[in-house]
Amino acid sequence: MHIAVMIKQVPDSTEVKINPETGTLIRAGVPSILNPYDHFALEAALELKKKHGFKLSVISMGPPQAKSVVQLALALGADEGVLLSDMAFAGSDTWATSYALAKGIKKIGKVDIIFCGMQAIDGDTAQTGPGVAQQLGIPQITFCEHVDVDGRRVLARKQIDGGHELLEARPPVLLTMIMGKDYAPKHPSFLAVNGSLKKPFHVWSAADIGAEAQYLGLKGSPTQVDKIYPPPQREKAAMFSGSGQEGVEKILSVLRGENFLGE
Amino acid sequence: MIEVSKKCIGCNKCVPVCPFAAINMIDKKATMNEACTLCGVCVQVCPVQAITITREEASARDLSGYKGVWVYVELSETGDKTHPKKIKQVTFELLSAGRKLADELGEDLCAVLLTDKNHGYEKELGEYGADKVYMVEHDELFEYNTDIFSSVIVGLVTSHKPSIMLYGATIQGRDLAPRVASTLYVGLTADCTALAIKDGLLLQSRPAFGGNIMADILAPRSRPQMSTVRPNVMKLAEPVHGRAAVVVRESARLDKSLRRVKVLERKIDHGAGTARIENANVIVSGGRGMKTKEKFKQLEEISKLLGGVVGASRAAVDLGFKEKTHQVGQSGTTVSPKLYLCFGISGAVQHIVGMKASDVIVAVNKDPNAPIFNVARYGIVGDVNEIVPKLVEALKKGK
Repeated sequence: MHIAVMIKQVPDSTEVKINPETGTLIRAGVPSILNPYDHFALEAALELKKKHGFKLSVISMGPPQAKSVVQLALALGADEGVLLSDMAFAGSDTWATSYALAKGIKKIGKVDIIFCGMQAIDGDTAQTGPGVAQQLGIPQITFCEHVDVDGRRVLARKQIDGGHELLEARPPVLLTMIMGKDYAPKHPSFLAVNGSLKKPFHVWSAADIGAEAQYLGLKGSPTQVDKIYPPPQREKAAMFSGSGQEGVEKILSVLRGENFLGE
Repeated sequence: MIEVSKKCIGCNKCVPVCPFAAINMIDKKATMNEACTLCGVCVQVCPVQAITITREEASARDLSGYKGVWVYVELSETGDKTHPKKIKQVTFELLSAGRKLADELGEDLCAVLLTDKNHGYEKELGEYGADKVYMVEHDELFEYNTDIFSSVIVGLVTSHKPSIMLYGATIQGRDLAPRVASTLYVGLTADCTALAIKDGLLLQSRPAFGGNIMADILAPRSRPQMSTVRPNVMKLAEPVHGRAAVVVRESARLDKSLRRVKVLERKIDHGAGTARIENANVIVSGGRGMKTKEKFKQLEEISKLLGGVVGASRAAVDLGFKEKTHQVGQSGTTVSPKLYLCFGISGAVQHIVGMKASDVIVAVNKDPNAPIFNVARYGIVGDVNEIVPKLVEALKKGK
């Protein structure tokens, strides 16, 4: 079987800070990372590759600097890397992104299982995975914790409210992964990084994947950003200091004052 | 397209505000690279109006026939044999929000219900504001399935042409809505925190970058305009006793071959953490600052004494202090209890977006600059490892 993992380069949002005066993002020094959910998806795919000897391709869409996350995936064990990069993709919403990624995957070839993170930490939409599945006309299983392959059966454990489901599908199928406890993101060794430089790496433009301009970028995106603004500021907290008993007394008085202690 | 005109004075104001590091100053002129998403932040800060974004008008579809605000009705299993399913609260929250939109547009509010068997669901849907209930009853709808449910929804939307459709941003809603949006080539905005009507369009507000910025999103050229909204975000309206909805029965042609994904096993713990923290009135939450699993356990006692449920930050879950089902935040559960009392949580943005809607937030942390204090009503700067055991004692004495 042939597995493809869709990955995204994102700013590390845990490092993003806000300028309290202007309300704008302070971006300086914020590193770009592999979307953590995608890293779990990649680890799940790598485990299947190891177990069954499947071929593993990774695909990303983004500016040229996004090459680094594809290279990281290659160093971790993927066989082939693809970066979709073209100014025509700029401004794509989840619909247009799904369209382009689906085109890219078609160009990779006959893919049996597609993995991606359930969402990216910069947008948090969780829409691109299902969007690609629909564009390719294949079934999807979202929010998976664990994936196994048994012959021609793909078995996925999916998180649902207050429990889980064990689901079965036949390939081709698309799976989106949560950050569960069954996989752990790894770092590549120096040797692996070096070795990955020799692996096949393609950079494809919109024309390369046969994507029609009318479905790409801002023009092809049904949603548009009307405005971006800082989130509303809250009133300042009433602050108390005091460790030990003093702090306890403060908490009790606050709880009493807000009627949480009953009488 | 984004263009920078000759008016650019190279003042550099746009470079640091770009959320995507997409602007370089080349020969004293702002130049955008491929990372640009055309988000427009630079346009707003440019003092000389040198930056313009032009949106090409795609061939306009005829949108005049699209009317009505639809809400997808999500059912959840109860574990009870006589009433095996009930309507999820997020559905009522969406109806409450949808009612206002429908009134402003002068259109109907409609609930869309897919089920194998109707248990008089229309009664509650009507009381929470639905004018109509589009109901599809079919054996194949006995449980949620992506392919089957999306094909029914796509069919209904195509024949009735609503202008707006809302889904809960739940595990089910976030699986279904993008599938429908992708099929219909319509806009979908995830996790909206506010919905309004602006010039006849649905204005969808959502946090981005882990809640660091807000974005207003429009989908002007396609219908329906679709959004998902997280549970506990929209205010629940008072149900109007006896208010009835008209039931419109719809048929669907479905067969087993559509079911490409099969459920082999389902395990639900009806008392599990997720379900409980989502609806809790009091949450006592802890983070990395609790230091150990043993110390974290003291929060169970506090929570029991206050009649609440224990929550945890991502860090606490990662360290194994508490199960993932109790995680509050972006990758956990969004909560809005009456009291959110938290210990040793510094307040990463991902955590804050998941709890900031709580009525009263009381935070205890040793760092006076911890971001959690920006959203708290009361902040106590102190060592949780000293305070927590003493608080347990004091609360026990009080009882």
